[in-house]
Amino acid sequence: MKKSVFVGVLALAGASAGVAAAGTLDDVKARGTLNCGVVTGLVGFGAPDANGEWQGFDVAMCRALAAAVLGDPTAIQFVPTTGKTRFTALSSGEIDVLARNTTWTFSRDVDLKFDFIGVNYYDGQGFMVPKELGVTSAKDLNGATICVQTGTTTELNLADYFRKNNISYDPVPIETNAEGQQQYLAGACDAYTTDMSGLASNRATFESPGDHVLLPEIISKEPLSPLVRHGDNEWADVVRWTLNALIAAEEAGITSANIGELSAQAGDAPEINRILGTEGNLGEQLGLSADWAKNAIMAGGNYGEIFEKNIGEASPIGLARGLNAQWTDGGLLYAPPFR
Amino acid sequence: MSDTHAQSVAFVRDTEIPASPPPVAQTGAVRWMRENLFSTWVNALLTVAALYAIYLIGVAILPWLINGVWTTPSLTACREVLQGKVGGCFSVLTERWNQLLFGFTYPSDQYWRPGIAFLLLFAAAAPVMFFKLPRKLLIITALYPFVAYYLIWGGTILTPVFALLGFVAGYAAYARLVKGSFALGIFAAVAVAALTWWIGGMITDAVAPAQPWLEEVPSRDMGGFMLNMILGVTCLSLSIPLGILLALGRQSNLPLIKAVCVVFIEFIRGVPLITLLFVANVVLAYFLPPGTSFDLILRVIIMITLFASAYIAEVIRGGLAALPKGQYEAGDSLGLDYPQAMRLIILPQALKISIPGIVNIAVGLFKDTTLVSVISMFDLVGMIRGPILASAEWNGVYWELFGFAALLFFVVCYGISKYSQWLERQLSTGHR
Repeated sequence: MKKSVFVGVLALAGASAGVAAAGTLDDVKARGTLNCGVVTGLVGFGAPDANGEWQGFDVAMCRALAAAVLGDPTAIQFVPTTGKTRFTALSSGEIDVLARNTTWTFSRDVDLKFDFIGVNYYDGQGFMVPKELGVTSAKDLNGATICVQTGTTTELNLADYFRKNNISYDPVPIETNAEGQQQYLAGACDAYTTDMSGLASNRATFESPGDHVLLPEIISKEPLSPLVRHGDNEWADVVRWTLNALIAAEEAGITSANIGELSAQAGDAPEINRILGTEGNLGEQLGLSADWAKNAIMAGGNYGEIFEKNIGEASPIGLARGLNAQWTDGGLLYAPPFR
Repeated sequence: MSDTHAQSVAFVRDTEIPASPPPVAQTGAVRWMRENLFSTWVNALLTVAALYAIYLIGVAILPWLINGVWTTPSLTACREVLQGKVGGCFSVLTERWNQLLFGFTYPSDQYWRPGIAFLLLFAAAAPVMFFKLPRKLLIITALYPFVAYYLIWGGTILTPVFALLGFVAGYAAYARLVKGSFALGIFAAVAVAALTWWIGGMITDAVAPAQPWLEEVPSRDMGGFMLNMILGVTCLSLSIPLGILLALGRQSNLPLIKAVCVVFIEFIRGVPLITLLFVANVVLAYFLPPGTSFDLILRVIIMITLFASAYIAEVIRGGLAALPKGQYEAGDSLGLDYPQAMRLIILPQALKISIPGIVNIAVGLFKDTTLVSVISMFDLVGMIRGPILASAEWNGVYWELFGFAALLFFVVCYGISKYSQWLERQLSTGHR
């Protein structure tokens, strides 16, 4: 009942928003600020720091987008959203883009009428165990007690995985991540399972993070993607190609350190020239200035730099690139060609 | 008589024996303990058990408090200082106190403004709370909302000035016309006030300086405990008059007014507050034309006020119902009209009876303001759950932060409760 009402409201909103927001790009330019929906707080992905400045992996996407469209990475109105308010905020037009570790699923894309513009982080469910157990693979967890959040897809994925591998486990149901962390540390369960990024950020807060290992198996797909409203393809293109520019920049070796030099004049690499606007008119085709991608990359660096700064191995979270490496390095990041 | 004794008795004492001290078991601390703690063996057992419980709690908490670390920049640094000992990382409070109290976007060089507004709150509340103060002090109370608004939000001073002028003009019109008819007075007051605000709005737009004397702070930058206080104080002070009107309306003889009040009260009481907050945050955005930014705090204030006023109306209705019918008839027999009878005879008695219920709702309302964290407003709890626990420095600190939040709320709620007990003694509502 509750869900059907909710979906009904969304459908109504989708219908009206399609009319209202025909030209988000023009709206943003006229307004002079980008309304970017972010998380109210998630370690590494988005949170205000001690000075009240928003920082994080998803926030960097907003900054790159504001830089590409408006030329100023600070021309952003951040709108914090919770898991419950995020979709209505987007479909009602309160925000222009939602960059809030949201998993790309069929029903959200089709039924809720959003456009997911491309995966910026490949997450997946994993396991954390104490090092002293000597477990090296999830398949060794036969008969283990596992802390898992109830009522989430995490619980279902866990059951599926163990059934498929024909091993048994003993679930310890928990309500919130904070509770899971406490239970796991108190030894109430042998292993804790949730998304890998969540496990890593949990482990970073432990007194001795080195005593816990993340197992290599990933048992579910959680592709996180920024999203925009259905039906405004020009705006969706702008957001999609801003993300692609960040990814392509890493592949092409454009960094915040050498971008000044590379963009000063057209060099020998045509792809770099086209991205940075020293050749061709890609920016014009998007309805942006010629140096849009240069601005986007200068806002926080290329994809690799953003990753390393916020959630990479040098940061307190310490996530490995894994699936989020370039396709040339065995990952899944594969930006379509800029031509 | 004395002679006989002088011969027959060897010694007659002629002074009084100095009083000997009472037995140890009948005096001082020992007696108090025997009477209060060990009077029967059951009580003795309970006392020992209670002492043991206190000991256990003390052993658990005291090292945590005494070893507490107050100066480190992050949880990791705090743990290094503690070296595995038990101790609280209170440095999260010293480092983020400003975010906990004011939110993370309120300009830090302007913290004195909400601070002064908070202190003035006591000056404004005193004349209302303590009847023995001179009645003239109520002028401070009447001016306070405008001063506090100006201090906290800043911007041009013309906005609160014209808001105040509107009320003054409305009251002047009411005072002139009310002798003719109560309804005429009310309608004239509303019309005059609205006209003043409209003209004032145009003047403000025209002459407002680009650089106001106090920097303007938009509503979305409010946060922390300040937001809880703003919501709590505003909604409570608005909902009491509204609740009185609703309670009277529910008793009205006019079917239309009665029906509207009953439907309103029953609807609001049948819906959880969190639903109303979602309506304020999410659903209203669909009904308003795109591009309008109807202030979120204002939306939330309206919703919480409506919610609280329905409950207060029911409490006051209880007070009205408790009055004997003779009181109403007394008003009629004195030849008072309805407003006079209500104002002079019925309401003072009914409100007196309603005080415990109203205080109960006030405490609940104040604590309910933390629900706004669910609709992504950064009140005290929202600040803790969002930005602070999501920062790389402080992820993993729970007890210290939520303990601090509990302490702040306890101080306020306990204060309200103590005041209401004092007020009940003053009005001696127990005589019934």
